[in-house]
Amino acid sequence: MRRVFHQALAALPTLPVVALALLPMRAAHADVASSVAGAGTTSTDGQVIYAQVCQGCHQANAKGATGAATIPALAGNPKLANAGYPIYVVLNGKGGMPWLGTMLNDTQVASVVGYVRTHFGNHYTDPVTPQDVAALRGPAPTPEK
Amino acid sequence: MNRMGTREPTRRQLLMRIGAAAGSMAAYQAMTQLGHAAGTDFSGFPSLSGARKGTTVLVLGAGLAGMLAAYELRKAGYDVRVLEYQNRSGGRNFTLRGGDTLTELGGATQHVGFAPGNYLNPGPWRIPYHHQGLLHYCKLFGVQLEPFIEVNHNAYLHDSDSFGGRPQRYRDVMTDFTGYTAELLAKAINQNKLDQPISADEQHDLLAAMKGWGLLDKNYGYSGTELVALRRGYDKMPGGGPDGAPTPSQPLGRAAIMKSGLWQWLAFNMSYEMQTTMFQPVGGMDMIGKGFAKHVNDIVTHNVKVTKIGQDGGGVTITYVDDQGSGAVTEAKAEYCVCTIPLPVLAEIEVQASAPMRAAIQAVPYASSVKVGLEFKRRFWEQDDQIYGGISFTNQPISQVSYPSTRYFTDGPGVMLGGYMFGPAAYAFSGMTPAERVEEALKQGSVLHPQYREEFSNGIGVAWSRMPWTLGCCSAWSEETRRAHYKAMTTMDNRLVLAGEHASHVGCWQEGAILSSVSAVTQLHQRAVSAA
Repeated sequence: MRRVFHQALAALPTLPVVALALLPMRAAHADVASSVAGAGTTSTDGQVIYAQVCQGCHQANAKGATGAATIPALAGNPKLANAGYPIYVVLNGKGGMPWLGTMLNDTQVASVVGYVRTHFGNHYTDPVTPQDVAALRGPAPTPEK
Repeated sequence: MNRMGTREPTRRQLLMRIGAAAGSMAAYQAMTQLGHAAGTDFSGFPSLSGARKGTTVLVLGAGLAGMLAAYELRKAGYDVRVLEYQNRSGGRNFTLRGGDTLTELGGATQHVGFAPGNYLNPGPWRIPYHHQGLLHYCKLFGVQLEPFIEVNHNAYLHDSDSFGGRPQRYRDVMTDFTGYTAELLAKAINQNKLDQPISADEQHDLLAAMKGWGLLDKNYGYSGTELVALRRGYDKMPGGGPDGAPTPSQPLGRAAIMKSGLWQWLAFNMSYEMQTTMFQPVGGMDMIGKGFAKHVNDIVTHNVKVTKIGQDGGGVTITYVDDQGSGAVTEAKAEYCVCTIPLPVLAEIEVQASAPMRAAIQAVPYASSVKVGLEFKRRFWEQDDQIYGGISFTNQPISQVSYPSTRYFTDGPGVMLGGYMFGPAAYAFSGMTPAERVEEALKQGSVLHPQYREEFSNGIGVAWSRMPWTLGCCSAWSEETRRAHYKAMTTMDNRLVLAGEHASHVGCWQEGAILSSVSAVTQLHQRAVSAA
């Protein structure tokens, strides 16, 4: 499983850029930056993925933030007790949070969920595996053209 | 292939036949039906005649959608009040100038240090000519517009893995990509290597087109001739005097051009939304918001946070908190409500609405986006590189840099857009501190412009996911959510109707806010009139 994943990643840079552009979520018909959305992080390190993807909203200390509404804290969050919940939310998004399942593969989701569940005052040490993520993956959303 | 030898009429031929047969009115109607003569779906200012005077409406949010609703409904005789979370009106229509401060979620505050006259539009920055709704309101409110330069043939296209990582002029990539494509197609035609035979007539037409379009020589080759130089320019420019003769520039290699992927940005600029003419307000995008605000600000209550949207058979009850001062909780009542609160915020508020509308509110996330504004001590892109407005694209995370489409040739500092990102790069930049965003933009942008470090003065990085009032940039519909939720999102639910770019098919554009609000006030008015 792990070996296969690394081979897949190694193949990515040789793909035409246009293929990469299909991977991450984009706003359809938008005043978007350009036709190239760029590649997502290739890291499988949960801490790196957290910094590259999650902390833009949940903050570096995972305490979330409140403005007109609240971006929830992941620090000390009892909803992380069952890994299935954060896996599902990362894959599919929730409310204003975008789905990340098209940008992160099973290993990356497992890694970042495992990282958050064992840091920021969370102590849920049962392992999170790529198989756990694969089992929860539904059909990927189709971004509008 | 048409075996009978009769050709299908082209669309133009069809129109000419209709026009000849039935007169120009029929031709116009046919054109409209075929989608040619139309702008966006804007058919005029909403017509709200016959309102029962004094019918009360609460509008939530003082962005363009909310202010349009307030303006049009009050004009029609409604008694309107607007509640706004921020201390200013305009919403995502805003502009940052020297002296402004911007505090983001997490607490970081940026102090904008731009020189007088310089600005960054962190949100919308360009207006396609066919966004007729927005342009109509600009005209109505006297907002002065100037051209926004989208395509600049002298700007750069850059791919880190192509041409030794050196940026190429847009003009050169365009000319060479077109020329080589034409050359290959012409060769295939001449050698009868198309996989489907075409008639001798079409061969003739196609060869003529390839020659003229691709600037091919008499042997249908694309080479560095003086003909190509007419499009591509010269290594030594034409001059005067005895040594004035020019030297044509030489094309880049064919395989390298094709492999570079730089054609994608040529294609991007061909899209309907990026076609010329584009506009921007003189002095900053927020001139539009200010144009609206001039007419409605007297009925806007700022600095209040809506915490509940209730409705029953008798009307709506909006609960809000004084967010800056006392923290006092107030309940405001009205007969109807137009809610333009961005979905990431609205999804966290208790809303009394039908199950389908509540599901729609929960279903559409907002994309993340980041813009970086960099002020430089002088306009080196003009002075050194002859780039006047427009965009240079790169495959680096910053995606692009853009040069101001205004105040050309002025002395003193200028502000460039140092990066504009959606997708993964936006997530990554959002997670940085503002200073890190600026530093990263400087590092990547230096590849395009080596003058960056020496000329840099100050900069800001705006992460939309950290804007306390939207928690994101704009709506990200999928084909699935559009099918499942769009109708419920946009249809008035008892006394509540939603508006904003998220309630349109022109998502992430100001035009979407305009069109959705026109729809919202029209629905509200029809309901109010029929209830009276």
